[in-house]
Amino acid sequence: MTRQKRSHHRLKRAVAPYLYLSPSLLIIGLLMLLPMVTVIAYSFQNSAVLRRDPSFAGLKHYQAIFVDPVFWASLWHTLYFTCMSVVFHMTIGMVFALMLNSDRINPTLRNILRVLYILPWLFTAVIIAVIWRLLLEPNGVVNSVLMQMGIIGSKVEWFSSPETALHAVTFANIWAGYPLFMVSLLAGLQGIPKDFYEAADIDGAKAYQKLIFITIPQLMPIIISISLLDFIWTMQVFPLIWITTGGGPIYSTEVLSTYTYKLAFSSYNLSQASASAVVILLISLGLTLFYIRYQKAR
Amino acid sequence: MTFRIQPAMLKIAAAAWLLGATSAMADTTLEFTQWWEPELPAGSLRAIMNDFEAANPGIKVTLVSGPYATTRDQISVGAATGTLSDVVGLDGAWVNNLNAQNALADMNPMMDASGFDKTQVADIIKVDGKAVMFPVASFVYPVFVNMDLAAQAGVTKLPSTRAEFLEAAKKMTHADKNQYGWVLPLSLQTPSGVQNDLMSWVWASGQSMMADGKPALEGKPVVDMLTFVKSLNDAGVISPGIATKTEQEKVEEFVNDRVGMMIDSLAHVNLIRKRNPKLNFDLIPVPVVENYNGKRGLPYASWGIGISAASKHQEEAWKLVQYLMSEKVNAKLVSLANAFPGNVNAKPDFVTSDKAFGKAFEIFKTGYLANEFTGLPVAEDLMTQFDVEAQKMLAGEQSPEQAAANAQKGWMAKF
Repeated sequence: MTRQKRSHHRLKRAVAPYLYLSPSLLIIGLLMLLPMVTVIAYSFQNSAVLRRDPSFAGLKHYQAIFVDPVFWASLWHTLYFTCMSVVFHMTIGMVFALMLNSDRINPTLRNILRVLYILPWLFTAVIIAVIWRLLLEPNGVVNSVLMQMGIIGSKVEWFSSPETALHAVTFANIWAGYPLFMVSLLAGLQGIPKDFYEAADIDGAKAYQKLIFITIPQLMPIIISISLLDFIWTMQVFPLIWITTGGGPIYSTEVLSTYTYKLAFSSYNLSQASASAVVILLISLGLTLFYIRYQKAR
Repeated sequence: MTFRIQPAMLKIAAAAWLLGATSAMADTTLEFTQWWEPELPAGSLRAIMNDFEAANPGIKVTLVSGPYATTRDQISVGAATGTLSDVVGLDGAWVNNLNAQNALADMNPMMDASGFDKTQVADIIKVDGKAVMFPVASFVYPVFVNMDLAAQAGVTKLPSTRAEFLEAAKKMTHADKNQYGWVLPLSLQTPSGVQNDLMSWVWASGQSMMADGKPALEGKPVVDMLTFVKSLNDAGVISPGIATKTEQEKVEEFVNDRVGMMIDSLAHVNLIRKRNPKLNFDLIPVPVVENYNGKRGLPYASWGIGISAASKHQEEAWKLVQYLMSEKVNAKLVSLANAFPGNVNAKPDFVTSDKAFGKAFEIFKTGYLANEFTGLPVAEDLMTQFDVEAQKMLAGEQSPEQAAANAQKGWMAKF
């Protein structure tokens, strides 16, 4: 084989994998990278989308959102909503998974509970929002039950009061999202070898000790992975909040997604909305990188 | 088998092609983007377009139809990219933005050139002196009163002033039975409650939220309105859940006998009858301030129409606009939509066949259409800002004066 032929062959071998990858790279480029780059470009333009010849704005739109107190309130609400949701998703998911994995529960009852517990996962965000709006409205079932039990003295406007609205939407989101944890942890629980528990029994370990020293360490990779994914997804929740409260009352449930939406479709300030979207992108990107590094480390 | 083309056949084919090609070249196809078609009985808007095409040989109309929100987005993008349809359905809240983008044609020269009688139209929406929109069909917002609840509460005379309204609302309220005098939807998701349920009180008394083209929210009319709404709230006559209540929920509460009075679109009459055929309700104009005897402003939402500045067929587009605004066609269209006409001479047929619509038509004829959000920049954003300040006031965080001052500050930034 001549030298020229060898280098040609080497080049072909080097290029081949990229040719195989090219269809998916093209799709990713068109559907993900292009919109992302476009939005980033909009965030540096004046009157993006609305004018055919937008001028360069520099960091003006970023400055505008960073001095806006509603943006900081939205960021705080997003963090509260996300952290509370993830913590409770994990806790409730763990409790239910342990319950469904337990041999002490009657198999028929266990199957019924399995169906009941997974129900919230089957509903779309719109249905969940409508259900909770009906339940938590001032004349709704929740107020009626709580008043009959003597827990509250008068009707609470769960979604309409600035004091309770953020807790109410967070509660609805917790209800909607725990099944992901439950199903993942249940799969993890079923994969833990029985030998560990038998050895612990021989050593006289108590139930809580088995939970702390066997179950949780064995489930830790799943807990961390799902928590990170849940954090990323919950941070971007939009329909549930939009339909239940629209970001109100006042700004008490304004989160980054509703804040960005209002900038874009209520104020028609698409440049500032793009800047806000880029901030969300950066936060999500940071979390995603953390998740990828964790996965690699495993 | 051989196929021989006869010279005669060839001639006929050539003539047919020539005829077809000539007529195709002569035809102008107008694109008409709107959200009306899905809201009208199936095929009815197309039938009107067919009549127009028959009356104007050489002009064809392609309808581009979609739901309201989709149409709004489509028009925003079309205005930005210069691909706006020749004729566009418009909401008054959009026209300022579209005008800022130079997307809408000024219809003044077209009216002058064609000798169009301007007195026949109910309103011409102007921005910077340019006539950019005609309201084709108007959906007015009177007060709906549940007559059974009113009778049970001993309300014998329906309210015509704000003080009478407060008294009637107090009488109709029985919180222990989940029954309230009035319902106010101020959801931030759709802040149109500011326009329909708050500012309508101002316009009804012939007042304004503007002065010299600028917001005047700190003026007496708006502060008085906020004070009045606060007094209703303090009296506990407003159905709870104001801050997240939507227009649909407002109608549901009225339909289910849970509120005595609501300000709502006349377009909902049939829906209300369908949802509760036994509901006994009547319509009254929005009550006014004490001792006001002038003409009443009637809040409304409309199906507006305009012409794209980028259209290459503005002459033909103007013919279509004229056609839809003409007396007979306008009457036909609004009869189908259960709306009031954009042509003052048009009389929709439902006003004679239906008592409720007939009464509303009388209110319409004796008042004037009023919606000051029409033509304002980022109207929805202005409503959201006012909504937030009104919510703070109702939550006891600020006075009506402070709410008005804060809203004024926010609005001025947008002007």
